[in-house]
Amino acid sequence: MTTFRPANEHELGDCLTHALADKQTLDVRGRGTKRGLGRDMQTDHVLDMSGFSGITLYEPEELILQARAGTPLAEIETALTAHKQELAFEPCDLGPLLRGVAGEGSVGGMFACNLSGPRRIKAGAARDHFLGVTAYSGRAEMFKAGGRVVKNVTGYDLCKLLANSYGTLCVMTDVTVKVLPAAEKTRTVLVFGLDDTAGVAVLTKALASAHEISAAAHLPADVAGRSSVSHVRNAGTSVTAIRVEGPARSVAHRCEALRKLLGAGEELHSQNSKVFWCELRDVHPFVDDPRAVWRISVAPQAGPAVGVALKGLGDVSVFYDWGGGLLWAAMLPGVSPLDIRAEVTAVGGGHAMLVRGDSELRKTIPVFEPQKPALAGLTRRIKDAFDPQRILNPGRLAPDS
Amino acid sequence: MSSLRMPAPDQAVLARRAEIIAALRAILPSANVIDAQNEMKVYESDAFTAYRQMPMVVALPETTEQVARILRYCSDQKIRVVPRGAGTGLSGGALPLADGITLGLSKLNRVLEIDFNNRAVRVQPGVTNLAITKAVEHAGFYYAPDPSSQIACTIGGNVAENSGGVHCLKYGVTTNNLLGLEVVTLDGEIITLGGKYLDSEPYDLMGLMAGSEGLLGVVTEVTVRILQKPAIARAVLLGFSDNESAGACVSRIIAEGIIPGGLEMMDRPAIHAVEAFVKAGYPLDVEALLIVELDGPSVEVDELLERVLPLARACGAVYERTSSSEAERIKFWAGRKNAFPAIGRLSPDYLCMDGTIPRRALPQVLKRMRELGEHYGLGVANVFHAGDGNLHPLIMYDADKPGELDRAEKFGADILKLCVAVGGVLTGEHGVGIEKRDLMPEMFSEDDLKQQQRVKCAFDPEALLNPGKVFPHLHRCAELGRVHVHRGETRFPDLPRF
Ligand SMILES: Cc1cc2nc3c(=O)[nH]c(=O)nc-3n(C[C@H](O)[C@H](O)[C@H](O)COP(=O)(O)OP(=O)(O)OC[C@H]3O[C@@H](n4cnc5c(N)ncnc54)[C@H](O)[C@@H]3O)c2cc1C
Repeated sequence: MTTFRPANEHELGDCLTHALADKQTLDVRGRGTKRGLGRDMQTDHVLDMSGFSGITLYEPEELILQARAGTPLAEIETALTAHKQELAFEPCDLGPLLRGVAGEGSVGGMFACNLSGPRRIKAGAARDHFLGVTAYSGRAEMFKAGGRVVKNVTGYDLCKLLANSYGTLCVMTDVTVKVLPAAEKTRTVLVFGLDDTAGVAVLTKALASAHEISAAAHLPADVAGRSSVSHVRNAGTSVTAIRVEGPARSVAHRCEALRKLLGAGEELHSQNSKVFWCELRDVHPFVDDPRAVWRISVAPQAGPAVGVALKGLGDVSVFYDWGGGLLWAAMLPGVSPLDIRAEVTAVGGGHAMLVRGDSELRKTIPVFEPQKPALAGLTRRIKDAFDPQRILNPGRLAPDS
Repeated sequence: MSSLRMPAPDQAVLARRAEIIAALRAILPSANVIDAQNEMKVYESDAFTAYRQMPMVVALPETTEQVARILRYCSDQKIRVVPRGAGTGLSGGALPLADGITLGLSKLNRVLEIDFNNRAVRVQPGVTNLAITKAVEHAGFYYAPDPSSQIACTIGGNVAENSGGVHCLKYGVTTNNLLGLEVVTLDGEIITLGGKYLDSEPYDLMGLMAGSEGLLGVVTEVTVRILQKPAIARAVLLGFSDNESAGACVSRIIAEGIIPGGLEMMDRPAIHAVEAFVKAGYPLDVEALLIVELDGPSVEVDELLERVLPLARACGAVYERTSSSEAERIKFWAGRKNAFPAIGRLSPDYLCMDGTIPRRALPQVLKRMRELGEHYGLGVANVFHAGDGNLHPLIMYDADKPGELDRAEKFGADILKLCVAVGGVLTGEHGVGIEKRDLMPEMFSEDDLKQQQRVKCAFDPEALLNPGKVFPHLHRCAELGRVHVHRGETRFPDLPRF
């Protein structure tokens, strides 16, 4: 096994051409922080894209930033902060959860895994901010798609396809991302002591209001107790949290209105609010937990039913983001994925992904939601369109992918 | 017809027309198969009226199963199909084929489910954009993307074109507001993508479907997210004595960290055309007019107004008027939203262009556009989604005057090439269709386009679904699928290894 670390397009092209000719498979990495995501795979070589690094264009007034795919996200965030801008979808940093370190991920990896944080419900996912890409397919051919303006429908939206493709379709070299102004002020309204169903009902009420909620989560007592924010940790009960962002006066006004609407208890101000949502974004409550971690997306109202059912499967801890629609669940590795997915099906559908599990577990169970035959057929043909010889991250999504 | 060519009709298919109509009548109620020339006339074009073509036959299914049976039949019999919503498309995406079935989705027009708690609405594709908002507004909700054609255009067409509207800078275009789709592929398979939950397992085929212009599958159900209406919205009209200042003002607002609900611009010819038609109260002595809409809680709107107005003055605004009532706000928008028909009154025909540019290139692009107008001897008015850089130059011409359409098309092509040259794109929201098809190489290399067509092959290997649109050259899938290896001498030569 060799690790190739191309420094430019020419070397990358060579590497892919030879891999293709010799039918050698490649483990495609940005900076390697998400290696533990997806099925465990065996490849002949590693393709390390960290040599493609650096911001190539940043136009704050045009709301766009362009970078080489291996650029550390931290570098991008620093540049944005200097112009009071941000990646509105709050990309998760799963480094610590996956037993690595924080702050090391690349922008290419961020798109390849489409990981989006609490603001997903308002601002969209990573894929919604992915404007343009240059990449090499598994055919060793360079292509580009999208553009560098925020509004564009010229040709198929291949960025959507590449977001969430886990490096199985192509190797990205450059990406263009939409950036947005960061909110001036942030506050979080807290409600205490509700069970899962009542907690999500409160989130629903808040989200159905005109107060432009930017995040809505419910933490059962055992999870709340793991927060580093004292108001939350010491609550001694469950915590339901609703975030409001915007200009200062507007935030104060909306918090006030929400507290009236919900009969709420406390508020977290800027710093605490920031820490609290970063912890949820990065699944901090389960970082030191020895159990396997699943991520489940269902209709928001269905969240509690799934959460309660999962708890019935054994020693399970759950918390809810995205207004109830996103469940992070820690459970023993022995819980059957069929049982987990049956609960998702029972509430009308969604998807469940094993996010953290040891390589043995990730080898043996379907890490991603299995697809029905017609859809699986299409997925396979899409893979063929980009990587017919299966040289890029083979088997990462499913055994025959 | 002018310069754009469509795939040559298959004479063998045309010869079987009667048999094909009979087969469709076996699937659909007889009245839903339209084959009389006079009745098919309304289907001969979409809103890109420069091109017209009678379809072989029109089929109007009422259920997903009927759509599936028709597509399976087409795939078995190698018959081309063109999906169609309301026919308001501006790029010729729904232009019929002489040997093709036009598959109209207008009878699939039911709202299937309204789920306020999950903030989702599930509808059939023929439901109009505005009907979704109408179905939920009693509870204070609305569907955010609002194309100016929203009374007429269908949500299926919106998905196919990934349509935007005047509020999409803040609230996103169609793709950002989709939760789920049901799609029928050409082999008759019914596929469900997403639902009432967010994101999907790999791959994101829903994201791919949005903006695929009816080339990948037929959308038979759409689930969208709905939002609660902002507490209030106020619009400000800002007039400037030159385009540069108006453009600079837009950039300043955004640089200030403000993303308005709407941020539109019109140039002098557009202002005059609209004012004459709608009497929206626009000033006539300015070169450029901005409409800035701010929405949210009233304290927020007040605060943002306090910030935007001084910025505008600093940028040289010579006219300023803030809406003082909901009626007045709607009047401000009525002007902008009627810009196309307003131009339609001034000129027998017009072409509506749709390029996007980096905003800072605006003055340069508008200036060049005026020069081009003089060169071609044709008038042009501009409406502009200024916040996101999406230009709509409206080129006025008279199709009855020999050579004018030709000149208008050349003018349009020059504008779009200019958009690409300054770092922009050919289309921001209207789609490529046939209109911009032959300009695709301005923006994409042969390899770029081949990769896109390979995706098409994954869905439709025989190129039966809406062929002749989007791609300038049709390659055979077998040829596209081949892997070319240009191997050198050594294995992995001279690569840095670690
Ligand atoms: C006056 C006017 C104003 C407009 N304003 C805007 C605007 O502000 N923003 C904007 O984005 N657009 C605008 N448009 C363009 C147009 O309204 C949109 O593109 C709209 O989405 C088209 O919808 P439709 O139902 O009319 O689709 P059609 O024109 O019938 O079809 C459009 C394309 O979609 C495909 N299609 C339709 N239905 C389906 C389906 N169910 N499954 C698969 N493919 C399908 C067709 O094959 C075709 O390629 C405007 C048009 C007009 C005439």
